[in-house]
Amino acid sequence: MNKPILEINNLYIDYPISIGTVHAVEDVSLILNRGEVLGLVGESGCGKSTLGLSLLKLIRPPGKVSGGEILYKGKDVLKMSGSEMLNFRGQNIAMVFQNPLTSLNPLFKVKDQFLETIHYHKPEIKQEEAIRMSENILEDLGIDKERMHEYPHKLSGGMRQRIMIGLGLIMQPDILVADEPTTSLDVIVEAGFIDLLNRLRKRFNLTIILITHNLGLVAEIADRVAVMYGGRIMEIGSADNIFSDPLHPYTFGLINCIPNIELEQKELITMPGNPPDLVNPPDGCRFAPRCPRVMDICKKEVPEVRMYKGRKIACRLYE
Amino acid sequence: MPGFKDKSGQSSFLLSAMKNLLRYIITRVLLTIPMIFILLTLVFVILRIMPGDPVSAMLGAHAPQEVIDKKKEELGLNKPIIIQYINYMNKLLHFDLGESMIFKQKVIVPIKQKLPATIELTLFGMFFTLLFGIFLGAYAASKRRTGRDFAVRIYANVVYCIPVYWMGLMLQLILGIWLGWFPIAGRVNARILVSTFERTGFYTIDTLLAGNLYAFGDVMLHLFLPSLTLGIVLSGIFVRLTRANMLDVLKSEYILSARARGIPERKIVYRHALKNAFIPILTMLGLQFALLLAGAILTEMTFSWPGIGRLLMERIYLRDYPTIQGVIVVFALFVSLVSLIVDIFYAMIDPRVKY
Repeated sequence: MNKPILEINNLYIDYPISIGTVHAVEDVSLILNRGEVLGLVGESGCGKSTLGLSLLKLIRPPGKVSGGEILYKGKDVLKMSGSEMLNFRGQNIAMVFQNPLTSLNPLFKVKDQFLETIHYHKPEIKQEEAIRMSENILEDLGIDKERMHEYPHKLSGGMRQRIMIGLGLIMQPDILVADEPTTSLDVIVEAGFIDLLNRLRKRFNLTIILITHNLGLVAEIADRVAVMYGGRIMEIGSADNIFSDPLHPYTFGLINCIPNIELEQKELITMPGNPPDLVNPPDGCRFAPRCPRVMDICKKEVPEVRMYKGRKIACRLYE
Repeated sequence: MPGFKDKSGQSSFLLSAMKNLLRYIITRVLLTIPMIFILLTLVFVILRIMPGDPVSAMLGAHAPQEVIDKKKEELGLNKPIIIQYINYMNKLLHFDLGESMIFKQKVIVPIKQKLPATIELTLFGMFFTLLFGIFLGAYAASKRRTGRDFAVRIYANVVYCIPVYWMGLMLQLILGIWLGWFPIAGRVNARILVSTFERTGFYTIDTLLAGNLYAFGDVMLHLFLPSLTLGIVLSGIFVRLTRANMLDVLKSEYILSARARGIPERKIVYRHALKNAFIPILTMLGLQFALLLAGAILTEMTFSWPGIGRLLMERIYLRDYPTIQGVIVVFALFVSLVSLIVDIFYAMIDPRVKY
């Protein structure tokens, strides 16, 4: 097996706030292999977006990484200097965000945003060449190159989403972090987006981290799935395994919550309780207070992540 | 980053945009008319309710009654207010501001003569306001919660509280008298013969037109202290506004996206964020322009600046009703003109705004 492109080891991220410290990410270890799509799923506030931002060292102060390492091809991202970091963002890793409507600067034409990105990474590239590069990538994304001369407010949400991805990919990074990319898109645009991700992945040999709570999207394109809860990894496994046979009670509950049109349920299944308070997290397993199969020990000790049936899982049931 | 030119020819589109803009400007100008009438009506009534009148200002408290009556009749002040008002408005409709009640002179004469001085002062004052306000505000926002941010915020609060004339006196004392770098009063050195270059009344332009660089330098030196005073005092509000807007913009997703693309932080702050934060600042500038004029009146008093602000003050003491009203009309026109220009700029900066 070839070396992983990205390796996260025992990562901790804290946000100090007035009443204490939010432990947004705790002891997270993940491996990302070249060319795969990893779905990072969990409820709102489980730390998945924070984890995504930390990969580009974009955690908003006063939040900070308080422990662990992020290795990109063996090099620690967190120890990069300022200028190394600027090159790393864009040339090695790109991130697209939730809301395409607000992710483009409204006062700059699409073209200028492309040219600027190219200019800062490769100042030696001439303007004509840079325009050609931008036109090519827009055509790859199925956008008429004339649209380059428009301001963002004249473009539809789906188009802006694709332009965002184009801006991310213009310097040909290896990794694309997509944070809730489909949340604000309608279903038809979303279907097109899934198709697009699949094409880009092959075309650019792209490794994708898909942060989402849209399990349908994950089932559609992810190779592997990591489930997060309360800032910790609950379960990591291949998408097939996770969806056909969820082991962790939280994963099970999460998949159960997807409405199913065929079963004609009288009522939607929900998960009782609320996500944990990350300032004063419960002792033991974060999910214990909501877990239907909770045991005494779960409330005392944090379960370690162990290998079980070819996947990683943090649960006492599988020891 | 070099400026890239737009090659897409959209001339017909441009033409219709121009047409819309013209329509917008005409609407705005028409809207100014009722505004000026309302303003003038208020000033007209308040002036006549106020104790004192031009006759007693001229003749003193001990003048015989028949002299006072004769003078009042001469000035038309014996008629009912409503008749005076109708007469005045009638003249105004014919673009006549009337004649001074104190001096034998048309109201427009001193205004014409002194307006350029005030315009020069306010424009340079605005320049300093924006220079300090925007750069300090943006800087503070980019260094949020550090000592430097704190220092800028203290500066903003302090200058906001300082009265214009006190600030003027201090600058005169320090930069003018102790250090002796700048002249402390007037528009130009008395030894320079103004009549050799006076054409438009704007000394900065006139001296350049005449090619008299020495005089130009002297005019700029004289302009420096009063406009700096005005600029510093009004910059406080803009520091705070810029800082707040910048913090808002820096939180937005397009800034995060730009960071994620590896754009250097300095460019993000001063190119991406500042341009966006500038839009509400520009709006504020239009609104604050009236404040700038009010500040200009006080600055003119401190620096013996021969502008219409000082003219207004002098004529208020003399209760010279028509001149006071005339200056108010000019101020109102000036403020509406600036706010119109601001609106046009607004559309130029923000592509989402169309008229």
